[in-house]
This record gives sequence, C-alpha cells and structure tokens, in this order.
Amino acid sequence: MSALLEVQDLRVTFGGTAAVRGASMAVAKGETHCLVGESGCGKSVTSLAIMGLLARGGKREASALRFAGQEIGGFNEREMSRLRGDRMAMIFQEPMTSLNPAYTVGSQMTEVLRRHRGATRAQAVDRAAELLGRVGITAPGLRLGQFPHQLSGGLRQRVMIAMALMCDPELLIADEPTTALDVTVQAQILRLLAGLQRDLGLGILLITHDLGVVARIADRVSVMYAGEVVESAPTAELFGNPRHPYTRGLLACVPVPGKVKRGDRLGSIPGVVPRIPPGFAGCAFRDRCNHAHAACTGPIPRKQAGPGHEVLCTLDLAA
Amino acid sequence: MTPAIEVRDLRRIFNVRQGLFAPPRQVRAVDGVSFAVPPGSVLGVVGESGCGKSTLARMILGLLPPTSGEVLVDGQRLSNMDRKARARLIQPVFQDPFSSLNPRRRVQDIVAMPLVAQGDIDRATVARRVGEALERVGLSAEQGGRFPSQLSGGQRQRVAIARALVLRPRIVICDEPTSALDVSVQAQILNLLDELRRDLGLTYLFISHNLAVVEHVASEVAVMYLGRIVERQESEALFHNPRHPYTQALLASVLTPEPGLGVPDVGLGDIMPDPANVPPGCRFHPRCPKVFAPCATQAPRPTAFAAGLVECHLEG
Ligand SMILES: Nc1ncnc2c1ncn2[C@@H]1O[C@H](COP(=O)(O)OP(=O)(O)OP(=O)(O)O)[C@@H](O)[C@H]1O
Ligand SMILES: Nc1ncnc2c1ncn2[C@@H]1O[C@H](COP(=O)(O)OP(=O)(O)O)[C@@H](O)[C@H]1O
Ligand code: SF4
Ligand code: SF4
Ligand SMILES: [Mg+2]
Ligand SMILES: [Mg+2]
Repeated sequence: MSALLEVQDLRVTFGGTAAVRGASMAVAKGETHCLVGESGCGKSVTSLAIMGLLARGGKREASALRFAGQEIGGFNEREMSRLRGDRMAMIFQEPMTSLNPAYTVGSQMTEVLRRHRGATRAQAVDRAAELLGRVGITAPGLRLGQFPHQLSGGLRQRVMIAMALMCDPELLIADEPTTALDVTVQAQILRLLAGLQRDLGLGILLITHDLGVVARIADRVSVMYAGEVVESAPTAELFGNPRHPYTRGLLACVPVPGKVKRGDRLGSIPGVVPRIPPGFAGCAFRDRCNHAHAACTGPIPRKQAGPGHEVLCTLDLAA
Repeated sequence: MTPAIEVRDLRRIFNVRQGLFAPPRQVRAVDGVSFAVPPGSVLGVVGESGCGKSTLARMILGLLPPTSGEVLVDGQRLSNMDRKARARLIQPVFQDPFSSLNPRRRVQDIVAMPLVAQGDIDRATVARRVGEALERVGLSAEQGGRFPSQLSGGQRQRVAIARALVLRPRIVICDEPTSALDVSVQAQILNLLDELRRDLGLTYLFISHNLAVVEHVASEVAVMYLGRIVERQESEALFHNPRHPYTQALLASVLTPEPGLGVPDVGLGDIMPDPANVPPGCRFHPRCPKVFAPCATQAPRPTAFAAGLVECHLEG
C-alpha cells in the first residue's frame, strides 16, 4: 500500500508535558482513518503537528513524516504553507476559527484558489459556486455574497468543507468536524464527506471522540491514549474484536439504543487521562486499567492481534 | 400528585435589532409550550440547535422572565419564590463549562458558591460538602485547589456539575450536561445522575442533542421544533414508534456504533429553521418529507393520544 500520509514515531512536547509520545499512523488514498480517544489524548496536537501548525512552545520530532512519498518533516514554514490548503487541507471543529468574519464566503473561498493556483477571479468564483453546490448548498450564489455570521453552523461547516476542497486536496484532516453540529446536520455532513471521498479519492484523517461516527465512516481506526496509539485495526475488527482494555472500556461507555436498558449502568472508565512527563515509562493506562500487573510498568510490547490489528499491551491476546 | 415541574402555555419572544435602522424582528424562541413532569421522573427534551431548549430551561430556572404563560415548581409559582429558596429546590447544569466558571476562582471555591450564598452554613460543613461533591464527579482534592484554566475541558464540566449538586437540589435542569464530555466521563456522569435520582428522588429536565443518551436516561421525551413541542411520548414508545415526521428524521440521523451501516440519508435538505421567521401553517413544512396540501397554510393542532401528544396533520 502506498500511503498518502505516513507518520512514524511522532513526538510532541510542550515544556514539561509529553502530548504525543511516539504515534504512528498512515492514511492511504481513498481511505478514512479515524483517530479516537478521550479529550486530552493528543488527537488535535497530532493533527496540528502533521500540518505544521503547533502552538508556540510545541516541539515536534518524528522518525518519518511523509506526504505522498515526500518527507515533509524538514519543511520550513514557507514550504508547509504552500502545501496547506492546497494538497493537504484541514477542517476544524469550530468553523469560525478558520473563517474570517470580515470577508464574504466568496472572497475567502476564491482567495485560496487564486493564491495557490493563480486562478482568475472568474475561474475561482465558478469553482466556489460549483463546490458549494456539491456540499449540498441550494443557493450558492446567495451564500457566496454572505458573511460567515449570516450562516447557520451547519452551513458554515459545509462552507469550510467546500473551501478545503477548492484546490482538490489529496488529504483532508478533519478535527471534530461535526461535533458542534446537530445530529441531523452531522448525518448530512458525514454523508457528504463519504460521497466526496468516493468521487474524489480523498484520503481523510478524521479526529473524533464519537464512536458512532467512527463505526459508520471509518475504514481504519486508531485509538489514542495519553499520546500513544494503543490499538489500531480495520473498523469492523476494532468494534468486533477490541483487544486493548482502553478500547474495550470506551466501547462499553456508549449507550447503544436497544442494547443497554434504561436504568442499567453504563460501562465507564474510572479516573482521567493522566498528564505524562517526558521520560515516563510503562503503560500510561495502568492507573485506570483493571488488568494492570507488574509487567505494565516496564516496556510495553506492540503486538499483532490479527491482520492489520496492532495492540500496545502486555496482556496475552489469545485470551 | 403535584408535578415537580409544570409549565402552562409558556412563551418567550425576543425582539432583536439587526442594525441601527432595521426594524426589530421577533424571535419566537418558545412559542406556546405546556407540560408537567411528575416527581422522580426524567423528561428528555430534544431538538435541533436554536429550537428553544435553553430558553425553556432558563425560564424554568427563573433566570429569564416568560413573555407569557406560567412556570410552577413543586406546585408553587416560580415568580413568587425568593432566590435562595429557588436555589435549594432547583439547580442548573449548563452546557458550556468555559463561560460558566470564574477563571480567577479555585475549583473548590466555585463549587462552594451556592452553599456560601445560602449564608448560614459553617465553613467546616462547606468544606466537607465541597469535598464530597468533587469526589462524586471524579475530581481529586488536589484538583479542587486548581484554577479552571489548569483543567481539561472535561474536568471543567465536572466542576460545573459538582457546583450544581452541592446544594442537593430536588430538581435539576440539565442543559446538554454531557455534550462537552468524553464518552467515558459522560457514562460516569449519567450513572451518577441516575444514582442521585434514585437515592434522593430527584426530578430532571434533561436537554440533549444526543438521542441515545436521552433514550437511556429519560422516562418521557419531548421533541421541540421552532419553539413548540411537536411530539411528546413515553420514552420507549417514542423511540419505537415516532409519530411526527420530524421525530422520525431525528431518529434516523442517530449514528449508533454499528460498523457497516453507513450514514443514513436524513432527507431534510439544507434549509435551517429560523425562529425569527416561523413558516405559516405547520412550522416544519418547508423541510417535511411528508408535506401535503393543508400543511403550508393550516397549523396542525396538538392531538393527544394514550401515551402522549403529537402535532401533525397526518395524526389528526
Ligand atoms: N499549547 C499547549 N501548551 C501546553 N500543553 C498543551 C498545549 N496544547 C495541548 N497541550 C496538552 O497536550 C495534551 C494533548 O492535547 P490535545 O488538545 O491534543 O488533546 P485532544 O485529544 O485533541 O483533546 P480534545 O479532544 O479535548 O481537543 C494535553 O495534555 C494538553 O493539555
Ligand atoms: N437573549 C436573547 N436575545 C435574542 N435572541 C435570543 C436570546 N436568547 C435566545 N435567543 C434566540 O432564541 C432561539 C432559541 O435559543 P435557545 O433556546 O438558546 O436554543 P437551543 O435549543 O440551542 O438551546 C435562538 O434563535 C436564539 O438565537
Ligand atoms: S499494558 Fe497493562 S495496564 Fe496497560 S492496558 Fe495492558 S494490561 Fe492494562
Ligand atoms: S403537518 Fe404536514 S408538514 Fe407538518 S409534520 Fe405533518 S405532514 Fe409534515
Ligand atoms: Mg481536540
Ligand atoms: Mg442550548
């Protein structure tokens, strides 16, 4: 498989906190790879590190960071900004963080294409209108002339997606793109993303903590815990045969209509994601794990639990 | 039995001015809502963003005066109650842990606030009750000494929940209480809320956009659309036999964690409801997949049936 995005042993620190601790993942063309985990597990930092958008004070290391076969780990800001918005695009949870309130939707969308591709104004407007139609907006002409605050949350998120697609990116990184939206709009946006992916062969790295979203659209899932990928598997395998105690814990927490009766206790994971100092050894989940034993303070093996199914845990996986 | 919460034909209209010279527009946030919640039960309220859930919650909490209609809490007119008595009876848990916590106060002081505001509880009792509340929501004593900025988003929301529980109220108005939380923490909080309800006979109004969560916690569910309750049913009945086309669309959009099912086509289009511009006739008609002749001009009347109520011409 030739990966579109390949991340090996990514590490990010902020002063005394190790936010990402050796995470590896790959996204193939046409694949949706979901990154799940509780808040604070390092999902957003991972995506920002890949995009070269870490906040001040964040330090990144990786043994490989390849995009379409090219090592981009050593790229400077100019080289990265040439990639961003062009061949790799990003969508954030809150569209207002990336939409400028002072400019119309049209001028922001066309700017991307003019900057990266040197398109004329007319070409860019045509493209913007075409994409707005594609993301299910019924009156593209009207929307192009409006300012972001004149749009509902769902429309803004559609605009964000359309804007991310302006330059035909090969890779889309989406950080909780539907978390702030209504379920009705969420379903529409996800259906849209899945359709676009089918049509355009996009690779998508989707960050979410919603296991329902993951189940319905991911090809592959990586579960992050305290800055590490603790389990990674094809979607059906991860839901059908979860091996890591953290993954199992997460799955047990979700109320599934028809499966968990009203009044029955939901599964839960005691405690919270710990803050990990640099140099920490052993399994970071051990304080919350009811299988923890002596070996869990030592080096933790990454084991193969099946085809394409990796687990970071000392437990015997045959069990 | 006296209902824990009762609202009668409640309305709230906001007059908003968009520009200096633009005429004010009327936002019909809550537009004629009536229901009663028996003590010890949980009324779930669902509906899309902007449909009036929080406005309803704020009126029931006495934080916002209604334009018309009445709120009764534990049989008493809310408007006749003083603030301290109200605080001991009914408490909110809000959606946004960021704006609701004072950034310059330590967690333990934030949680203590409702107790201190009562004015007659000694310091040792305050400290003990705060400690208990923190522990209940899964925060350590050490975290109680921190400032909100030193906590994760999930931890901040736990602080807000601890603050609501510290007075041991009888009624809790939960407005998206777990929306900002991880599933792991959400499960803990839902378990906790359920425990508290059983142990203390609490009554909840539980607002959430997560229908799986509402199905899990609510005994009865009200579906709101543009300021009105368009369907209300006992929870199990509503989830198995939704009668209003809007309820049906909402349920269709729930993504359960079952791989292979894909993402459903909800069939609602991209027109979003606007409470400043409520459509004539059935307010859902511009989006309704089942719209027919009378819907655009005639507003459907609420039709009561054995287990609930529905507002749709198909159910007349
Ligand atoms: N700018 C920063 N300075 C210091 N620490 C940071 C910074 N950004 C993130 N961190 C820390 O890095 C860790 C991972 O954060 P990150 O935001 O990536 O988690 P996440 O899984 O995306 O969380 P959420 O789902 O809440 O967004 C956390 O411990 C966080 O406190
Ligand atoms: N103080 C206010 N002034 C003007 N409009 C308001 C105010 N509070 C709420 N609204 C409007 O009332 C409608 C319902 O709001 P709300 O009850 O907050 O919805 P939600 O269901 O998301 O909680 C929205 O259109 C909102 O913008
Ligand atoms: S390594 Fe040990 S503590 Fe960590 S998940 Fe496995 S059993 Fe639990
Ligand atoms: S009254 Fe008509 S438009 Fe309204 S929900 Fe019923 S069928 Fe749809
Ligand atoms: Mg994040
Ligand atoms: Mg609200």
